[in-house]
Amino acid sequence: MTPRRSLIFDTTTRLLFDATLVLSAYLLFAGHNQPGGGFVGGLVASAAVALRYIAGGIDEVRSLVNVQPWTFLAAGLALAVVTALVPLALGDGPLNQDAYEVQLQLLGKVKATTATVFDTGVYLIVIGLVLMIFEGLGDERTEPADLAEADDPASDGEGAR
Amino acid sequence: MLLALIGLHAVLGSVVLTAGRRLGRWGLLIGGLAPAVTVVAALALAGPVLDGDPVTSSVSWVPQLGLDLDLRLDAFSLLMIVLVSGIGTLVFVYAWHYFAHAPKAGRAAGLLTLFAGSMLGVVLADNLLLLYVFWELTSVTSYLLIGIDDADPDARAAALHALLVTGMGGLAMLGGFVVLGQDAGTYQISELLADPPTGTAAAIALVLVLLGAFTKSAQYPFHSWLPGAMVAPTPISAYLHSAAMVKAGVYLVARFAPAFALVGVWRPLVVGVGLLTMVAGGLRALRPFDLKQLLAFGTISQLGFLMVLLGIGQPEATAAGCALLLAHGLFKVGLFMVVGIVDHETGTRDIRELPALGQGWGPTRAVAVISAASMAAVPLTAGFIAKEKAYTAFVEGGAGDRLVLVGIVAGSMLTVAYSLLFVAALLRPGAVAGETERRVADHAPTTWFVLPGIIVATATMVLGIAPALWSGLVDAAAGALDPEASAHLKLWHGVNAPLLLSMATLAAGVAIFAARRPVGRAQARLAPTITGLEVYEGVVRGVLRFAARTTSIVQSGSLPVYATIIMATAALAPGLAMVTGPWWSGLPETIARPAHVPVAVLLVTGALAATLATRRFAAVLLLGVVGYGMAALFVVQGDPDLALTQFAVETLSVVVFLLVLRRLPDRFERRRPPVLEGVARVAVSAAVGVVIAAAAFATAGARTEAPVSREMSERALPDGDGKNVVNVILVDIRGLDTLGEITVLVAAAIGITALARAGRAPGSRSPGRADPAPQEVEP
Repeated sequence: MTPRRSLIFDTTTRLLFDATLVLSAYLLFAGHNQPGGGFVGGLVASAAVALRYIAGGIDEVRSLVNVQPWTFLAAGLALAVVTALVPLALGDGPLNQDAYEVQLQLLGKVKATTATVFDTGVYLIVIGLVLMIFEGLGDERTEPADLAEADDPASDGEGAR
Repeated sequence: MLLALIGLHAVLGSVVLTAGRRLGRWGLLIGGLAPAVTVVAALALAGPVLDGDPVTSSVSWVPQLGLDLDLRLDAFSLLMIVLVSGIGTLVFVYAWHYFAHAPKAGRAAGLLTLFAGSMLGVVLADNLLLLYVFWELTSVTSYLLIGIDDADPDARAAALHALLVTGMGGLAMLGGFVVLGQDAGTYQISELLADPPTGTAAAIALVLVLLGAFTKSAQYPFHSWLPGAMVAPTPISAYLHSAAMVKAGVYLVARFAPAFALVGVWRPLVVGVGLLTMVAGGLRALRPFDLKQLLAFGTISQLGFLMVLLGIGQPEATAAGCALLLAHGLFKVGLFMVVGIVDHETGTRDIRELPALGQGWGPTRAVAVISAASMAAVPLTAGFIAKEKAYTAFVEGGAGDRLVLVGIVAGSMLTVAYSLLFVAALLRPGAVAGETERRVADHAPTTWFVLPGIIVATATMVLGIAPALWSGLVDAAAGALDPEASAHLKLWHGVNAPLLLSMATLAAGVAIFAARRPVGRAQARLAPTITGLEVYEGVVRGVLRFAARTTSIVQSGSLPVYATIIMATAALAPGLAMVTGPWWSGLPETIARPAHVPVAVLLVTGALAATLATRRFAAVLLLGVVGYGMAALFVVQGDPDLALTQFAVETLSVVVFLLVLRRLPDRFERRRPPVLEGVARVAVSAAVGVVIAAAAFATAGARTEAPVSREMSERALPDGDGKNVVNVILVDIRGLDTLGEITVLVAAAIGITALARAGRAPGSRSPGRADPAPQEVEP
């Protein structure tokens, strides 16, 4: 984005970013019993990404993870579909879910449901969608005014990163 | 067992198709296994089947629709399998040599296997809907086969022609099937035929079903796709148009005829169309210069013949039809193979250019002569036995039967004439074209190439000399259709009326051949001024023009117009329902809690301000205010889940909006709309506002049933292991919906990227330069 960056905004963003990601993870896992869930969790994580985008532009977003956005989409969809199909293989209806109670050292008794796996798929897809939007619409170098240069392979930074 | 055979085709076909390029013609070897195994399996099962004890299998698929995988192998299906898989195997062997250097051999092999599997499904299906599924699969695979040379526009057009015509017929047939199934209370074919419905609905349904059968079997006036389909490589034509695809319609009519011949217009329609097809196709076969076209029209004519025999629903005719079905498959595939060999070795199949076939062509010529003789029903061939049987079926009936007899005798005379023409053109092309000298073909086919042809020609002869060999099979097949039908094929019935008729037919055929020039001239004068092909093209053009006109009206390309239509619909439809329905149960509480007041003020202010904003950024931010206000409302109402979602969505959508808006001018366009347009906008906006508000009031008080949410809340924890009902609904109760929705999200993400990157794909037009106004849709 613009080379001019605000120090205060940058710093606040860094602080908020990690906290927001933790919140989104919490929402994802708590979702089955408290407000939250994969969709909201994914949206909150995406909001954190949006913050980084506002602070540093598309390069900042790309520097967050070193996989392509569609990897998120594919992983999420695969996870959700597999969760839907596994019960079929076991002779139940699709997406039939099961719950397990586990005793963990620090956390005590934890109940895990297979629904969380499905929710994780939703979570990944929402994040992937937002990353795709930033990737597609948020790249300054392909502003309409710059499209003339976009034909020039040197300015097409997509493949080279 | 039966399902496994179809599955074998599907698996081998898919494998060959996927690995097509690498396998080359070795794919034929793998794909050909499927029909070969099927023939062996069918013969292994033949014992009880021929005794009238069908093999059945049933797997539940979609019981709610009456759609089960019911398969049934009776003697008639067995006869069809002998055709579909037996002749199919020979075609694979033949194709091995034909496709020796063809780059698309692997693809053709895979598609042929899939096609053979679909056809097998058609003849085995014992459920109307299942039959339809396989029927359409044959349409799709034959579309791909006819158009296999996809670089050739003619091939693509012919393939599309075949698909459109048979597909339209197939749709009509599906409608007929559903009416029949509902009327009879069962979709199982064997049950349906055992107790056929006879009312008006059934009669109409049967006409629809016949439409499907007529288009599939290239009956007049739907025949025009079949000659065009001859652009396909010859093994494909040989298979599709001698043994398999076009027989599907005949098969269906044969199945239904004994039960339905007397319902509605079945008999006059089938017999009339069949006779017309037989005679018109025969006449047309006398004219083309292309040997394959000659065979194509010959096939159409023979299909008409089969349609008459198997569709009339009389036991004797049914038996004759079964015999002709087999005889026709044998001789027609032999003839196609001959044309393919000639085409392959000499590079032409045009009568005017054919070279004389010299040394080494003996076996090929023998196959041609024997197969053509069988087509012309010369004694000592299978075709003769079948045609004798057909004549016998009609010779002793009433006036109606006599009329049919006249028709089929006339058609058979033409058959003799074009059979002669075929043989003469192949063996003495100079004489047919009226020259004296012809070059001699450079090289002759190898014996292996001709071998499949020799096998079918031998079969034609053997069956013609020893009818007892196939009498049992035909007898059982006819018996499976109609218990009263029996074949008793014999070589010599004594001197009787059918024999005399046969002799007369042969003599007349020779005479027509001799006089084919005057006949041709007379035909040219009498021929209808509009051909089937022109009708087809006219219909296609008309549909395209209609579509273009409709599109230009509906899709004007103007965003305000779209928005107006959508908004007006949103106001009108519920508005009408609310005015006419019993919706009003008084005003609900509007302000229940003090916290509602500030939220309401925020919402109203934000909404009003958004309409007054002059800058796009400001408008989006103000819309965001409305969104946050809604979220606040959810908080007040005690729904943290919705509120959380709304907050997150609102935040993100503002950001995304800003991303898009960067590409638009900062300020809204300052343009005063014409008065009428302005009034319309205000009217629509006001109507939407009023209706939505009224709907909010009305629906709040309109509940008549107990809400389903109560049960969901109660069952969330025990069944879904979750205390958050919203989440349990999303991942469990409506889990499949969620799966569908996230799939849509993925599709949307891909779409966004594709759209956004459209301008920067390498080699593509740059919207900024090459096309000055890409966003304007041409009127």
